[in-house]
Amino acid sequence: MSELLAKEREVVVPGQVLANGIDYIPGNGTYRHDDKVLANRLGILSVEGKVLKTMPLAGRYMPKKDDVIIGRVDDILMSGWRLEINSPYSAVLPLKDASFDFIAKGADLTKYFKLDDYVVVKITQVTSQNLVDVTAKGQGLRKLRGGRVIKVNPQKVPRIIGKKGSMVSMLKRATDCKVIVGQNGFVWIEGSPEMEVIIVRAIRKIETESHYSGLTESLKGFLEKETGKKIEDDAPENNDQKVN
Amino acid sequence: MNQEILEHIKNSLKKGVRIDGRKPDEIRKVTIETGFLTTAEGSARVKFGDAEVLAGIKMALEKPYPDTPEDGVLMVNSELLPLSNPEFEAGPPSIDSIETARVIDRGIRESKTIDTKALCVEKGEKVWSVAIDIVPINYEGNLIDMGGLAAIAALKTARFPLVKDDGTIDYHERTDKKLDLKKMPIPVTVCKIGDVFIVDPTDEEEKAIDARLTVTSIDDKTLCALQKGGDHPLSETDINDMVELALKKAGELRKALEEVN
Repeated sequence: MSELLAKEREVVVPGQVLANGIDYIPGNGTYRHDDKVLANRLGILSVEGKVLKTMPLAGRYMPKKDDVIIGRVDDILMSGWRLEINSPYSAVLPLKDASFDFIAKGADLTKYFKLDDYVVVKITQVTSQNLVDVTAKGQGLRKLRGGRVIKVNPQKVPRIIGKKGSMVSMLKRATDCKVIVGQNGFVWIEGSPEMEVIIVRAIRKIETESHYSGLTESLKGFLEKETGKKIEDDAPENNDQKVN
Repeated sequence: MNQEILEHIKNSLKKGVRIDGRKPDEIRKVTIETGFLTTAEGSARVKFGDAEVLAGIKMALEKPYPDTPEDGVLMVNSELLPLSNPEFEAGPPSIDSIETARVIDRGIRESKTIDTKALCVEKGEKVWSVAIDIVPINYEGNLIDMGGLAAIAALKTARFPLVKDDGTIDYHERTDKKLDLKKMPIPVTVCKIGDVFIVDPTDEEEKAIDARLTVTSIDDKTLCALQKGGDHPLSETDINDMVELALKKAGELRKALEEVN
């Protein structure tokens, strides 16, 4: 007889017994010990049918195939670039995926990406050994010029983007800034200096208040107060945020 | 550091906006806590916003230097801990950490804050040595100002340990005797980026500066130490403006320090 010992959406701690009995299956962030399922990290429990998972409250980014992320060039290799991606693992951008141009053997790779450049890339594969490969070829994938990059909690990225990009498009419309949210928690912002400061504060507000209800409304009020202009209701056609 | 981001910082500053939204002459929120390191004779933790610095005072009885037999020993040391910033590495002291310690030392020494003669126990044989250690816990720029403030706050609350009858020190027992601080030297670093003067730079702003001037002043606005950094030159009017700004800001920090006991 299997029974669930913790409630769904409850905060669980490592080692806590989540369920008794073999009918429950351990998913991400949980493990089986004898016929019990235990949590192995601090997070919120989610129950999907028989599968138990814990969703972390904070922590670094875990690479996932097809995610669009922002990476910082950490090292230039013989055959590509190593990117820092706010994760325990670094990503490799191989030569063939770096540019639509032909890059000759032995060419000066700094012509394409220098150390400390920020690049929007897409993850092409994550191996079982957590080697991450990325590509810079594709729509919207490019080197970032100007602006600034801030780091946010990767677990809050979905809240910053909002449903179908509603939150980020509101931020963009309110401040007239260009914004790219990487799934790994790097956010690139470019706009007028005053508006950049407002948008950074708005993003920090989303991070700290993401668990309150009515977040969109309170943020709308905040943005209207700070920018001193009215935000029109969301027009779905100008949702150009495809990162999700 | 990404050159384009540095350029971006400079361009925003031309319009009078700093990257974190502060005014050019605004210092982050200052908090000072003292006396929580139980193994040190005096200690202070200073926070400017998220940046955090610890200072600790250690006192010991030592033989004085032969050329100054009646003077106590004052030492300031700082170490850029790798835990405080990913760019810091363990190993021999870096130029920045030496500069930090030297500038803070200069402020305390040249202002004659501590009367070294009063630290003499037995001429040529035994004097008190006062060692000040400064470490960043979370490095977010402006280490000299924060370290200097932390050092003074720690000195202010430091108490001599008990000297036993056989002349050894019992560090578990503290006496009520405090160090006699004559002055309160406070360093303020003014940075020049383009034509703008800023105080309390963040880590990123520090990388964008053209020149900086650390001005250490005491209560009556007497200057007791200066240190210039950065590779751009400073004109006479620049220096006058920077000193004036530093003195004004030192007043603000002094007010925060006065609440510490």
